[in-house]
Amino acid sequence: MKRLGTLEKNLQAKPLGFKKRFRLSEFLIEKAIFISSFFAILGVILIFLFVFREALPIFTNPEVTKEASLRLFFSTTIWQPISDNPRYGLIPIIVGTLKVVVVALFFSVPISVAAAIYTSEFAPLRAKEYIKPVVELLAGIPSVVLGFFALMVMASFFHGIFHSTMRLNALNAGVALSFAIIPVVYSIAEDSLNAVPRSIKEASLALGANRWQTAFRVSLSVAMPGVLAGVILGLGRAVGETMIVLMASGNASILSGNIFDSVRTMSATIAAELGEVVHGSAHYNVLFFIGASLFIFTLFINSLAHLTVTRLQRKLAGKI
Amino acid sequence: MKRSFLKKLGLAIMGISLFLAAYFAAYAGKAITVKGSDTMLILGQRWAEIYMNQNPGVTIQVTGGGSGVGIAALINGSTDICEASRSMKSSEIDKLKERFNTIGVEIPVARDGLSIYLNAENKISELTLDQLRDIYTGKTTNWKDLGGEDTKIVLYGRENSSGTYSYFKDNVLQGLDFAAQTQTLPGTGAIVNAVSKDKFGIGYGGAAYAKAVKYSKVKKDATTPGYEPTLENIKNGKYPISRYLYWYLRNKPTGEIKKFVDFVLSPQGQEIVTKVGYFPVK
Repeated sequence: MKRLGTLEKNLQAKPLGFKKRFRLSEFLIEKAIFISSFFAILGVILIFLFVFREALPIFTNPEVTKEASLRLFFSTTIWQPISDNPRYGLIPIIVGTLKVVVVALFFSVPISVAAAIYTSEFAPLRAKEYIKPVVELLAGIPSVVLGFFALMVMASFFHGIFHSTMRLNALNAGVALSFAIIPVVYSIAEDSLNAVPRSIKEASLALGANRWQTAFRVSLSVAMPGVLAGVILGLGRAVGETMIVLMASGNASILSGNIFDSVRTMSATIAAELGEVVHGSAHYNVLFFIGASLFIFTLFINSLAHLTVTRLQRKLAGKI
Repeated sequence: MKRSFLKKLGLAIMGISLFLAAYFAAYAGKAITVKGSDTMLILGQRWAEIYMNQNPGVTIQVTGGGSGVGIAALINGSTDICEASRSMKSSEIDKLKERFNTIGVEIPVARDGLSIYLNAENKISELTLDQLRDIYTGKTTNWKDLGGEDTKIVLYGRENSSGTYSYFKDNVLQGLDFAAQTQTLPGTGAIVNAVSKDKFGIGYGGAAYAKAVKYSKVKKDATTPGYEPTLENIKNGKYPISRYLYWYLRNKPTGEIKKFVDFVLSPQGQEIVTKVGYFPVK
């Protein structure tokens, strides 16, 4: 073998396994950052465990099961926990949550998606710079302020138009909730639309489509998973939102399909009743069960949204 | 960002938080906490305000949340004084005994006529206790059954953590459950606001909160006349649903707390009760 001089040695292709010089400061900082992120994850896991532990007696403790069990939750349509005959019917509460969320999505999704299409496809550059921050300002409004506004102003407004029997109802809470969701859906939809490669849009225009057709039939179709992810995240946010529904929905556990009826949502039930409940009682366990359900639901929703967005990104990068 | 700026910012934040922590630590040590009934909230706040004006060294923190929340706070030690618009249940006294080895001290500080609110434009002006029970349990659903217009009655009530809720349930509903259509609002003020804006609404709550609504006269039964919740009607027992408003403490009051309690029971304190809209305890 020819003996290699320094130059030849340096020019040889080396496998990519550079050995880093061990520096104490870098090592410590790496470990410190790792521990911080570990604590964040640990926090979430511990919250999860605590909530489930407090909800567990519904499945394990026979005394509690007499009053509140999965079967009993769905066998009655009355939510009356403080009573000589306590009943924990979850159906009106779940339906209440659904009603408010459906109303909220019905109002917010068309508005946010339309706004996103406008800002990403049609708006002049200067307008884009103003619109996006202003919509995101909407996200900064505290939900208690939205709830207060709905209670004082919007309720009377809708009552004046529709003359419903109940002034505080699902419509009122749903519209207030849509204000909270619009920024969420808008941000993600707009980012997805922006991520659509220019080449696709230019190809569509080159083939003779006008801007309108390009925007709705081409860009939107390509970005649809992202827009859907935004809607899903908005849904998750709406389900968990407490203060708005607590103030604006009337909190009456009525089971009906009428949006002009008062509703009681899962989040508002927990917020209103947890303050006084006797620790360790069946009522306490049921409230934590509701909390655990909300937790699981939002976890599921967020995972779904994340998966959808990842799929979109891979599609646009050409990997699918 | 420049590192020196970040460093200064970090130090500034640390400094401010240390200062705030020290301030609150010193502050919290001397504060008397009063927690509980939403019905008594304005009363507690007014007492605290005037007492603090007269005694500048003392801090009193008053919060609401409902009688149930206040009693729970008394039992787990997070408040000095609990305001309650109902008396403590025996199960709660047992828990207090378990934790603090005391049955607590009950001090009636005012009286209240539990008022029934009706919209100012409602034609009905008096109701018997039986009618109230039927309305709130959902048996009577239309105003025409009571002599009014042909519209549905809209029920407003309190959350189940409220002492007013418990009192109403025990004394007017006699243990029966509220109708599912009862809209539960977070405080008496919210109920008054709702009834003032709803022509067909009915609500209940402490006598001190009524603004822009009218009181319904309450009759014990169809044969007796109806009475409004005024001072004389409560004193002479003619108003059928009057109740005491209580303060609960864990032990007999001493020191600053005793001075505060004495103030509340003094003629000056009781005058404040009348000004707020409730009725003095004697």
